Amino acid sequence: MDSPFGLLAELTYRCPLACSYCSNPLNMGDYQDELATDEWLRVLAEASDLGVLQCHLSGGEPLLRRDLVEIVAGAHGLGLYTNLVTSALGLSRPRAERLRAAGLDHVQISIQAHEAALSDRIAGIPSFQRKIEAMGLVKELGWPLTMNVVLHRHNIDRVADVLELAEKVGADRVELANTQYYGWAWRNRDALLPTRAQLKAAEVVVRATRERLRERMDVVYVIPDYYSRYPKPCMGGWASRQLTVTPNGDVLPCPAAQSLPLPRASVREDPLERIWAESPVMTAFRGTDWMPEPCRSCPRRELDYGGCRCQAFLLTGDAARTDPVCHLSPDHDLVARAVEAANADSRPDDLPLIPRPHRARRPTHLPGGAD
Amino acid sequence: MDPTRTGTTQTSTRTRHGVEVSGSDRPRLARHVRLDFCRTRQRPILLHPETVVVLNDSSAAILELCDGRRTVAEIVTELGSRYQTVPDDEVRQFLTQLVARRWVELTDG
Repeated sequence: MDSPFGLLAELTYRCPLACSYCSNPLNMGDYQDELATDEWLRVLAEASDLGVLQCHLSGGEPLLRRDLVEIVAGAHGLGLYTNLVTSALGLSRPRAERLRAAGLDHVQISIQAHEAALSDRIAGIPSFQRKIEAMGLVKELGWPLTMNVVLHRHNIDRVADVLELAEKVGADRVELANTQYYGWAWRNRDALLPTRAQLKAAEVVVRATRERLRERMDVVYVIPDYYSRYPKPCMGGWASRQLTVTPNGDVLPCPAAQSLPLPRASVREDPLERIWAESPVMTAFRGTDWMPEPCRSCPRRELDYGGCRCQAFLLTGDAARTDPVCHLSPDHDLVARAVEAANADSRPDDLPLIPRPHRARRPTHLPGGAD
Repeated sequence: MDPTRTGTTQTSTRTRHGVEVSGSDRPRLARHVRLDFCRTRQRPILLHPETVVVLNDSSAAILELCDGRRTVAEIVTELGSRYQTVPDDEVRQFLTQLVARRWVELTDG
């Protein structure tokens, strides 16, 4: 068993945006009892002892946590490389200056499209202009800036304009991530899945831009695995290099794994070290012993680790199956059918998109009941 | 050099061509990269927004000297005074790899 390198700290699932491609869980109401500041500081210290070197502060929108500066300072004090993954809504100048002083290393700002009207429509809130301003602020304060863009059927045709925007705001890195179908994105999959022609055109643009800007900007392209021959090597192997802590303290090998029928492990009940080493949620698919055929005898089993357990579960109902994205999977037709539907001439143009809610509705409390 | 991805996304692999490091270049770590020491692993490490590289001691020794003032030739000379053999082309090859990833930047001599 290796030590993990990265911790994804999902500080809250609350978010001012309502993107239909969000990978947060559908049952956000179960995560309202968020870890307190001192609990996060303890988790960071335990993660650092375990070998974690990088801390990705994410959500939801991490800026909605009033103690974000304190959490960043704690991570920085432990020597962790801190990375804020944000919509930038709430990144005022004073807040940004305090985060800078607390030692935040890097900022990733999402944008939903190349221009205000489409970006705001996808985000479900007027936000484009504020994001552009925040990107300028990040650069002004001397941070390296990554612009994150989730690609899907409704914005991928404008990838050239997105890259032009990234260049204009002076991004050091741009992450063009094809939608991964978990959480709300899974629910909206058929409306989000692009066509083969759309992907092909986008990849030509990405390759050309990467070549043109190679001295100035990193262009990271996250592959659309539904269109791949082989699955992605999800998380570099189950519970091998990274771990996720959810807003309420659940510990997972990846942010989508809360959907799997595995017993809960929580930082509120056990030390992180024991959870990493022993809890069933970590050991269930660690290594290669759990693998079924065709993975078990596949020469690629240590390259892609059987793909994604969460995707196998969502598509087949069994997390221990080969990722159906793989063309060798006996369940591959589940993916092939979705791809075929996305490319069919008969596909309606206006499949509805369900926005994720900003926050789960609070359960109605009885008078005098505990909150 | 074996970078470990620590981000949450899976990306396509990528190489960049055409950047050759010469003896008169003055290398320095890119702004978004940090050289550090991991006490759990007892090894020097290179930190990047989405990756960690666990370094061997000689790689770390090279990077410690990449301050944007020393030239590659000076770095080789300085390492030569500490170690028995420092192959010039290996230092340049190592730095070329890092420049290709944009983890090291070059200033002209």
